[in-house]
Amino acid sequence: MKRRNLLASGVAAAALATMGLPALAQDKTKVGFVYVGPVGDGGWTYEHDQARQAVEAEFGDAVETVFVESVPEGPDAERVMTQMALDGADLIFTTSFGYMDPTINVAAKFPDVKFEHATGYKQADNVSVYSARFYEGRAVQGYIAGSMTKSNIIGYIGSFPIPEVIRGINAAYIQAKKVNPDVEFKIVWAYTWFDPAKEAEAATVLIEQGADVILQHTDSTAPQAAAQAASNVITFGQASDMAEFAPMPRVSSIIDNWAPYYIARTKAVMDGTWTSTSTWDGIGAGMVGIGEISDAVPAEVKAGAEAMRDAIAAGEMHPFTGPLNKQDGSAWLADGETADDGTLAGLNFYVEGIVGDIPQ
Amino acid sequence: MDLSSINPILLLASLMVAATPILLAAIGELVVERAGVLNLGVEGMMITGAVCGFAFATITGSPWLGFVAAALGGAALSLLFGVLTQYLLTNQVATGLALTLFGLGLSALIGQGYIGIKAPAFPDIHVPLLGDIPVIGPIIFQHDPMVYIGLALVAGTYWFLHKTRGGLILRAVGENHDAAHALGYKVIKVRLLAIMFGGACAGLGGAYLSLVRVPQWTEGMTAGAGWIALAIVVFAGWKPWRLLLGAYLFGGVTVLQLNLQAAGVAVPVEYLSMSPYLATIVVLVIMSSGRAPGSLGRIFHASR
Repeated sequence: MKRRNLLASGVAAAALATMGLPALAQDKTKVGFVYVGPVGDGGWTYEHDQARQAVEAEFGDAVETVFVESVPEGPDAERVMTQMALDGADLIFTTSFGYMDPTINVAAKFPDVKFEHATGYKQADNVSVYSARFYEGRAVQGYIAGSMTKSNIIGYIGSFPIPEVIRGINAAYIQAKKVNPDVEFKIVWAYTWFDPAKEAEAATVLIEQGADVILQHTDSTAPQAAAQAASNVITFGQASDMAEFAPMPRVSSIIDNWAPYYIARTKAVMDGTWTSTSTWDGIGAGMVGIGEISDAVPAEVKAGAEAMRDAIAAGEMHPFTGPLNKQDGSAWLADGETADDGTLAGLNFYVEGIVGDIPQ
Repeated sequence: MDLSSINPILLLASLMVAATPILLAAIGELVVERAGVLNLGVEGMMITGAVCGFAFATITGSPWLGFVAAALGGAALSLLFGVLTQYLLTNQVATGLALTLFGLGLSALIGQGYIGIKAPAFPDIHVPLLGDIPVIGPIIFQHDPMVYIGLALVAGTYWFLHKTRGGLILRAVGENHDAAHALGYKVIKVRLLAIMFGGACAGLGGAYLSLVRVPQWTEGMTAGAGWIALAIVVFAGWKPWRLLLGAYLFGGVTVLQLNLQAAGVAVPVEYLSMSPYLATIVVLVIMSSGRAPGSLGRIFHASR
């Protein structure tokens, strides 16, 4: 019995089984969605699926949406996208950073199909990129975290060391440090977007090492539950409101709101006005929402956080404003200077004060 | 780097908790394989147990009833596998893989209404006297009851397989089903019972994730734990005590690598992430002298 081969073929079989999508009539605009987690993750994928449902509600019978959930980042994603394109999709949203190269590859084979890739930076004639300025929300979280921590240790569960996540760590750290000079970040890389058991373990470890604030950049609600078990730890909802854990441990959240964008882009395909664009919207445009700050937060901290949120939304404040040094002490931004989008999009270093190396 | 921030007592204590789901699933699969059946559906039975346990625990408010429901759910799913492979003589490998896929889908369906709900609390028990011993008390004697049930299952399985007549029959069926049949033992009945025991254990392992470890329901939450359990059975050479070692080693290194990361050790994270798998395989391979049961994965029919 060659079990090794059997296991491998099992994985292949599992991949195949996720791809059986029905092909349907052509007069409707067909919109496909590729999800990295299950629609019931309560976080990232959940919000994308809410937006998909909003597209259906907006256009009714004029559109047909299909989605494939839990698609691994890598070659499997390419097969899923190819299948969607072959089945007649007019517009395909690929909703995770790791789908970047697969999206570009498949888009080259199907020039008539429009692609929208979330959080990446590679564009093509039929590939748009879009993302939200989550770091604006992270800044607000950092402010609350720095104000509320008693142990001065803030735990951070990172997913993958990509610019998106590193921006979030830096943005949170800068604001936390500003209100609490003694603050220290402990960062654990989970190397997954969605693995509740692993996320719960990471949160538990951080709490055992003294963290009383947990920030997460992974998609499940497991760290919230772990913090709740520890009773005196605060957390923030990630991607989705995660309000079921309010008022403690979840004291606020970053909410992704993709619906307006998805509706606008679907409309553009229907009207034939779709062009390749790069969109990066934040709190101001409504793509990033700050979930209600719960009563567990002291009133003056809450007021400060809301003021920061409004200042960022109005464009009066930029989370990356100098003077800021890089981790090695070299100068990055001069006093009053703000980071440009190009640097932020490819951010690959910590700011001064954060301990530890970014895994390469 | 600040290793002093790692508390060895808490580390060893969380090791036992981290290892329990895999241990539960693996000990069940060990009995199944010793009976000569290869059930690759552990992942599917685990996740079904996870959702059944979570659903019943939230409905009834009792985690204990949740665990009972998880064991029943896992056993029911494994019975499907048992009927297909033992009576309809389907290929065990294909059926097991199908069971995993089916279990993942079924659990997602059952779990629709349970997303984002909190599970009832399952408190740790503080063993009187023993729990107060310094160092050892917090490490060993202050866990939730399922940790001890897992250990008891390993001890019970060892005792059953090696010290009882029933265990001898089960092993005989696994080693050579034709000979066991010729001696008058009911091969199919023994195997069905073993398969259901395996399903119940996998269900308990899954419910441990959804009720204690995580504790909530999310689709796909077992995230491959069933496959690790399967691998540990093989690397442990189908021996219960080695299986315990393997599961604790895996759980321990998993927790340790996160602790090292949080403490800022200058080892690349990729190496730390692969370390649980590597350490478990290396240690168990070095120790291994195990041999697969002779009839493992072979189809039995009395007419042949």
